[in-house]
Amino acid sequence: MPRFESIDHLNEYRRKLKATRDPNQPTVLVCSGPGCLPMGSEEVAQAFREALANKGLNGKVLLKTCGCQGLCALGVKVLIRPQEIAYQRVTPKDAGEIVETTLIEGGIVDRLVYHDPVSGEARVHKSDIPFYQSQVPIVLRKLDLIDPESLDDYLAVGGYRSLRKVFFSMTPEEVIDQVELSGLRGRGGAGFLTGRKWRLARQAEGYPKFIICNGDEGDPGAFMDRAVMEGDPHAVIEGMIIGAYAIGARQGYIYVRHEYPLAVKRLKLAIEQAREAGFLGNNILRAKFSFDIKISQGAGAFVCGEETALMASIEGFIGEPHPRPPYPAQAGLFGLPTVINNVETWANIPEIINMGAEWFTSQGTETSKGTKVFSLVGAVNHTGLVEVPMGTTLRQIIYQLGGGLRNNHPFKAVQTGGPSGGCIPAQFLDLPVDYDSLQQVGSIMGSGGMIVMDHTSCMVDVARYFIEFLYQESCGKCTPCREGLKQLRHLYEEITHGRGEMAHLTLMEDLCAAMATASICGLGQSAVNPVLSTLKYFREEYESHIRDKKCPALVCRPLLKYTIDPETCTGCLACVRECPVGAISGVKKEAQEIDQELCIKCGLCFEACQFDAVRRE
Amino acid sequence: MPYRKLADQVKAPTIEEVGLYINGIQVRADTSWTVLQAARAHGFEIPTLCYHPDLPSEGHCRLCVVEIGEPPRTRLVNACTYPVEADLKVQTHSEAVRHARGIVLELLLARAPKAEIIRQLAAQHGIHETRFHIEDPEELCILCGLCVRACREIVGVSAISMAFRTPEKQVATPFKEASEACIGCGTCAFICPTGVIPYTEKDGVRTIWGRNFELQPCSVCGNYIAPKAQLEYWASLTGDPVEIFFVCRDCR
Repeated sequence: MPRFESIDHLNEYRRKLKATRDPNQPTVLVCSGPGCLPMGSEEVAQAFREALANKGLNGKVLLKTCGCQGLCALGVKVLIRPQEIAYQRVTPKDAGEIVETTLIEGGIVDRLVYHDPVSGEARVHKSDIPFYQSQVPIVLRKLDLIDPESLDDYLAVGGYRSLRKVFFSMTPEEVIDQVELSGLRGRGGAGFLTGRKWRLARQAEGYPKFIICNGDEGDPGAFMDRAVMEGDPHAVIEGMIIGAYAIGARQGYIYVRHEYPLAVKRLKLAIEQAREAGFLGNNILRAKFSFDIKISQGAGAFVCGEETALMASIEGFIGEPHPRPPYPAQAGLFGLPTVINNVETWANIPEIINMGAEWFTSQGTETSKGTKVFSLVGAVNHTGLVEVPMGTTLRQIIYQLGGGLRNNHPFKAVQTGGPSGGCIPAQFLDLPVDYDSLQQVGSIMGSGGMIVMDHTSCMVDVARYFIEFLYQESCGKCTPCREGLKQLRHLYEEITHGRGEMAHLTLMEDLCAAMATASICGLGQSAVNPVLSTLKYFREEYESHIRDKKCPALVCRPLLKYTIDPETCTGCLACVRECPVGAISGVKKEAQEIDQELCIKCGLCFEACQFDAVRRE
Repeated sequence: MPYRKLADQVKAPTIEEVGLYINGIQVRADTSWTVLQAARAHGFEIPTLCYHPDLPSEGHCRLCVVEIGEPPRTRLVNACTYPVEADLKVQTHSEAVRHARGIVLELLLARAPKAEIIRQLAAQHGIHETRFHIEDPEELCILCGLCVRACREIVGVSAISMAFRTPEKQVATPFKEASEACIGCGTCAFICPTGVIPYTEKDGVRTIWGRNFELQPCSVCGNYIAPKAQLEYWASLTGDPVEIFFVCRDCR
């Protein structure tokens, strides 16, 4: 990789690079995204390598590992270009067959293509699969095109193209104007206008200024930012270079959580590559502009995703948030003007510069422009990463992209925005998903987690789970959040153990109102969302826990009761053998009985019984 | 109420006197002041717990919350950290403020039911008992962080700090072991509003944070002055021989 001395040099290199690349070159792309990697995508790639070598196809067929291909539920995913044949659930054993059938004979391996869960129809090409049809990939566009560890790949698909425009035909103010016109709002959750944030930082007095990329994605079940950092690290770097130029920063930080070792590795590699190529360092592309990036690793605290806590952590202090003002744009990292944006926001920037603000605003709603990446998980058929225009309805995302609920179960609720989001009931399925409408129904956009729940989820238990998570992760600095979460956790403990009182519900609401307004940072302020939304939409579930001491979804263990129906029990003793505490007794071949005093409600007898004689209520 | 020392983090680029409205009454204040300083200077009562005029405010306790802005766009902020702005509208006792303050006091009562200062503050706000669960009836620490800040900002040794997160949050020395940095000065114990930091003095030895400190007697009258470690720390700051500090204030 040469060090690019000028834009012409870069363009010349790109032209040559493209000339050597045949767009019709047969390519096997093995997904190495967060979903497929643990399912063995490395082994699959190795099997392909061997299979291709066996058939003498080395050099004729390219083999690449790429970022997340989206449909994580059906991993390991393999995409064959240029036909765009999408294979699902590929194992190392299938590699030989795919090479033989598809790459040599030009056929299709039927059993590995996508089959519609309802009609059973085969969908061979990526574009035929409903999961991809409604998606508008901007941030995820390059993920299944490039090898994240190859700068050449990134350059070949137009990477670092925006720098030419930015450095040589735009003033910093014009860059900010474009970002402001695009209406891009922070993808980390709060949805502050990115352009306005940049302008504040540009106008702020103080030198040097800083740029931070927030990659401390800690929401349970969320992996949007991880997929981007692992699959397209250069896009983040390119976005940060543009941001640095706009506000006049010389130093940037990428704060990545320690739990993402692959993201750290690939970002480090990408930064080295970018330095070598002259995209980072002094006088980038011989422009009068210098900028470099450091990686800072988080040490496992969820609260460090909060911007002021994150900056304290970079500075080497305890990750505790500070009251605002001063805002980071005025006095951020080391007390100096700082722009802090989330990974997805940064990855949007090069596209906005390349394609223009107008193009970006053509997607989305009045107040929320562009697209949003969601990690769709839970009780849906197709879990995975989706990128849809703002304003897409929940129904479209869950039923069209997600392929509906597993086993055709009825939809109960969807929880958006990570642990501090609210649970949205079925009545709002046609809600267009954007920052404002989610807030109106008591939830948040958050970073884009989306957990779908069916009737087997107890909403009291769901809220209890999130409160427990937030209680463990709250930094404990301010009283409302620290003591409030402690009390909420205690109240949920009481309710799910059958010791709840109706007065507890009012107390919860009282407490939540104070926590939402009086906590220092977003963690405490939004921690009340799971509580208030379930109290509002699923109050009857709380009431049956408290009044009837029953869990309607049969989830809360202390409220369950296991009995054996003497009519149906055959006395086979299968349950007796399973019971870990010896609570079941009786004569062989006669009805058994459960000692309620001894029973720990583990449910093993329920699962062991072949005759449905064990009753759970 | 003194407002001589500004909170460090409130950096006002230009210092000027502006007008703002507290409870609808226009008052004048300096832009380098916090809302709390402005309110107290003009006689408006705002309760505080973790605020100390000689320490930078960090907004731990959230008792000093006030409502700013005009309906419908209002929000609660810390009076102790929020800087004075021209034409700022501040409500010190609005319904939202009283509700939040009440809940904060109830939460603190549940945390430290024996702490006299909490009981007094709560009683002043008409709260005599808490609806919340009391986990430890003997607990006194309210995690206001005054001790930590005093040790860092006034003493300058940072021997103690906040450790862990919510479930186990506490003030502690590093690794909860006897701290080398501690000079035994006892400022933390002195500033603690609930008197929870234990220390003993017996036979010329002060014990605090798990360490024993030899107390230095005055070379003239023989009364104990301070731990020797503290006097050595002073000497290291001033560059004088430590013996200079071996005379107590009364005999000097």
